[in-house]
Amino acid sequence: MTQPWIEGRFEENVLVTSIEQAINWARQSSIWPMTFGLACCAIEMMAAGASRFDLDRFGAGAFRATPRQADLMIVAGTVTYKMASRVRRLYNMMPDPKFVIAMGACTVGGGPYFKWGYHVVKGVDLVVPVDVYVPGCPPRPEALLEGLMRIQDKIKGHKISRQRAAAIGAKVQDEIPVPHHSGYVDAPADHPPVMDHQKITG
Amino acid sequence: MSGKSFLDQLKKEFSGKITGENLTALDPWIEVSPDGLVEVCEFLKNDPAAQFDLLNCISGVDYLEPDPKKAAKTGWEPHTEVVYHLSSTVKKHTLVLKVILPRWKDDVPGQLPEVPTVSHVWRTADWHEREVYDLSGVHFIGHPDLRRILCCEDWVGHPLRKDYEMPLEYHGIRGR
Ligand code: SF4
Repeated sequence: MTQPWIEGRFEENVLVTSIEQAINWARQSSIWPMTFGLACCAIEMMAAGASRFDLDRFGAGAFRATPRQADLMIVAGTVTYKMASRVRRLYNMMPDPKFVIAMGACTVGGGPYFKWGYHVVKGVDLVVPVDVYVPGCPPRPEALLEGLMRIQDKIKGHKISRQRAAAIGAKVQDEIPVPHHSGYVDAPADHPPVMDHQKITG
Repeated sequence: MSGKSFLDQLKKEFSGKITGENLTALDPWIEVSPDGLVEVCEFLKNDPAAQFDLLNCISGVDYLEPDPKKAAKTGWEPHTEVVYHLSSTVKKHTLVLKVILPRWKDDVPGQLPEVPTVSHVWRTADWHEREVYDLSGVHFIGHPDLRRILCCEDWVGHPLRKDYEMPLEYHGIRGR
């Protein structure tokens, strides 16, 4: 054999793989995050997206401005009670498979607002299911990249053959979010807001 | 013009409405009674020597020490203050007005203390007053649109009052 072995290897343009691997590979290399900066952590998320750290190396640099095109929600910043219903709503709007990174101490568990933040949700996992927690206040861009790689690992482990039998073909009703006071979806405009839902301490 | 001359002039114009002053503080202030506030503000804005055309901010301050041991040492009675910082971009001087209110109107807990609005004197006051209402619980009489500005409109309580109780639950999201 005179030629080096690598040459001519793909001459016929044939690759053998399993469909599962191919799909997972495609998914994990194009995780499009949603533009979702809520507070100071967003600055660090932007830094991770910029040229020095370059989120695009992982195929996750295309920040989408609509949940319909996004696979990943990076909740970067303080989630307030006022925002929580919107976070949930955006999450519900994302197409499956969808992933959530809780970035920063605030979204992991309330962070600096844990004790005296009357307005802060004590962890975004009370609102949406979280796949990867990235602690820090704010986390370094490297930490966010690490979180992204853990999401990729998670996708790599997906099995398409091992679905539960009942899940195939069964229609799952969408959970329709009803915002609690915006009045845009179904709340009639002249309806008074619910006033005594907050349980008061003491 | 300095704080002292303003004080003399205001006392001359509105003798009964100027209820106190502190000109030695770092930020000297003049205390105005709630019923005279609008007149004093209009005077300060339109008087050619004063010309306070800019309202920097309105602050609500809640003076209450919830700890009874520390409360004995504070040296003040529980009360609420509304502080107005004024500036003149023409004359380059500043002035601080204070309105001192009871924590609750008629000392009935839940009845917000009342102060007349100055939003028709300075348009800036509109949102500032909404914020003070939202967080400190001061009712501005005559305000065109007194709604909460930061908290949700169905929020209960005024979070920056010292006796505020943290929510345990909000729309199904637990608070702690
Ligand atoms: S974790 Fe820290 S940096 Fe991030 S949003 Fe909260 S306070 Fe800001």
